[in-house]
Parts: sequence; C-alpha cells; structure tokens
Amino acid sequence: MDEHWSVAAHRHLKAAGVRQIGYVPDGGLRLLIERCLGDNEIETVMCATEEEAIGLSAGAWLGGQKSAVLMQSSGVGNTINAIASLVSSANFPLFAIVTMRGQWGEGNPWQVPMGQAVVPTLEAVGVKTFLAETAEAVDMMIESGLRMAYSTDTPVAVLVGQKVIGSKIWTAGKAVNQ
Amino acid sequence: MSAITLHRRDVLASAMEERGDTLFVSGLGSTTWDLASFGDRPENFYLWGAMGNATMIGLGLALAQPERRVVVVTGDGEMLMGMTSFSTIGAKRPSNLAVCVIDNETYTETGRQPTATGLGTDLSAVAAACGFARTAMIRTEAEAKDLGQLLFREPGPVCAVVKVVDEDLPMSVPPRDGGYVKTRFRINLLGEERAIQP
Repeated sequence: MDEHWSVAAHRHLKAAGVRQIGYVPDGGLRLLIERCLGDNEIETVMCATEEEAIGLSAGAWLGGQKSAVLMQSSGVGNTINAIASLVSSANFPLFAIVTMRGQWGEGNPWQVPMGQAVVPTLEAVGVKTFLAETAEAVDMMIESGLRMAYSTDTPVAVLVGQKVIGSKIWTAGKAVNQ
Repeated sequence: MSAITLHRRDVLASAMEERGDTLFVSGLGSTTWDLASFGDRPENFYLWGAMGNATMIGLGLALAQPERRVVVVTGDGEMLMGMTSFSTIGAKRPSNLAVCVIDNETYTETGRQPTATGLGTDLSAVAAACGFARTAMIRTEAEAKDLGQLLFREPGPVCAVVKVVDEDLPMSVPPRDGGYVKTRFRINLLGEERAIQP
C-alpha cells in the first residue's frame, strides 16, 4: 500500500461522521493529527492527559456527536478509571486509535511494561481491542471498529502496532526512527 | 481572609432560577446530590463515578451543542483531580461553557478530609491563568447574587468558585443507572429518532 495509513484512517473517521477528536500527541499519530487539524469539519481538542479525551468523547455523545480518541499506548494507563467508571458504567460508545510502544522492536525499556499492559488493562475494563500489524489491517480495523463502537455502544480500541509505525533505535547521541 | 458563611444549596437555588433549558453535568458526590435536590430533569447528566472528568464531559457537550448553555457543577476535590482540564478548556475557549465549583475545602464523601483549596490552591485563579474568559471567587451574599449571570449568560469559558460551609445536607438521589440517564438526556436533546440511531 502506497498511501500512509493515516489517509485511510482519516477517510473512515469522516465516513463514520466523527466530529470531535480528543488527542495527546504521539510520533506515530503525527500525520493523522495533522490531517484532523486541517479538517474544518472536525473539532480537535488537544488534551493534557489521555483521561480527558475519554470524558470529551462521552460529552460529545451526550450532545449527539461521534468522536475518536488518539493516543500512544503509554496514555492508556491514564484512561482506565474513566473508561471503567464512565464509558462502561453508562454504556457509552468509545472509539480509540492507540499507537503502540513497548511492543515489537522497542528500544526503550521504560516503554515495555505499559506497552505490554495495554491489551489486558483495556480488556479488563470492557474495551474490545484489535491489533493491526499492517497498513491494510489498520485500514480495515478502523472502518470496522468505528462501526462496532457506534452501532453497538461498545468501547473499541484499534492498536496500531510498531510493525506499522516503526520503532525508535536508541544509540548514544541520537535516536532514529526505523 | 473572611470566614466562610455561604450555604451551597441556598446559593445554587437562587442562581437556578435563571437556568432555563441549560444542560448540566454534575461531579460525583455532593454536587450530584445538590443538582438532584433542585428536581430531576432530563437536561441533567449526573456523575456517580469518573472523578476528575466532569469538566471534560462538559467540554465535549459544549462543542457538540454550541447553541446551548452547558454548566458543570462540581466540587473542589473533583476539580482538583481534573485540574489539567482547565488548560485544555482555556486553549479551546468554548463561549457556552461555565464551570461552577462548590468549594467546601473538604473531601466530603470520604470522611471530610481537607482538600488543597483550603491550603493554598485558588481554583478560580488557576482557571484565569489557563485563559478562561471570566472567573470569579464568591465568598459573600453580595457576590453570590452574580452567580446566575456568571453561569448562564456571561460569555465563557466561565469558572465561578463558591466558597461554602462544610455541612450535612439531606442526600437527594437521582437515578443511578448511567445508561438510562445518558439515553434520556440524548432523547430530550436530540429527539428520539436521532438519539437511538447509531
């Protein structure tokens, strides 16, 4: 596939009628965030912590709008109580795109424990997770994940693996994206 | 600093006379009981959990419904936990959103432990520093007369902190089924057909 996965992701967000995006930046999300920022039909909300984006999503839904949460895997840990005691408790839909760290090819040991905890913690609070390891899978899972989230009032997270977004190689004096 | 003399339900009751069709979000605990004490209505979304997230639910709602006034009523403990949202809201500047912090300087529900608002943190000053359009610290009866204007008419984002005495009040319990309250809120706001379609 020639186009970056963010092109299809943005297309699916639009097709599903997503009007608000709550995000905390991540290198893996840079192009998707730029597309959303450049789209005047989507309200983007830069959040100080990922937990805020869960509340934003619930508020948008109360007001009749669909939304998506964009975050790095480290941020998942910040969202757990909000998902459990708001989204799952009151049957709100939720759609999140999580770019992974601490997974395939990780070079930073501080990223590994949370990266490995993403699936069990999200599943423990009722979120269905789908791991995409190719750009084609990202495309398909975002389209179908949005449909599932908003047709069944289920929290859904699509995890974009490091095989898709690459991993940083850490050597003295520099970090490069592989 | 003057002693705290205001009573939360008295101050809110006067302001509530001006609420019209305002959409409300209440923070868990005392402010949910406060909001319910003025009568259960479908424009209220009461939190029974999600501590620290009331203001962000208010922001998502305010952005989705720019023609409607959205007021978040929450406590000092809840607001301290979600204090980062002040910077997020200050950056977004929704003109239809107001936050009312009922500040008794106490974690009331958990055994009346002191909060940081009695030990130095001025939440209205934090909101002002984050770029809120209008902020107020309300300590007196005279200042409390402005609360309705602040919450329901002043261009936002507004943050009004009301210093209130720590007191035992009758618990007014709204529906605790979050799914029911959410769907009732959406049907009232959007109409049944839109509210139940994906």
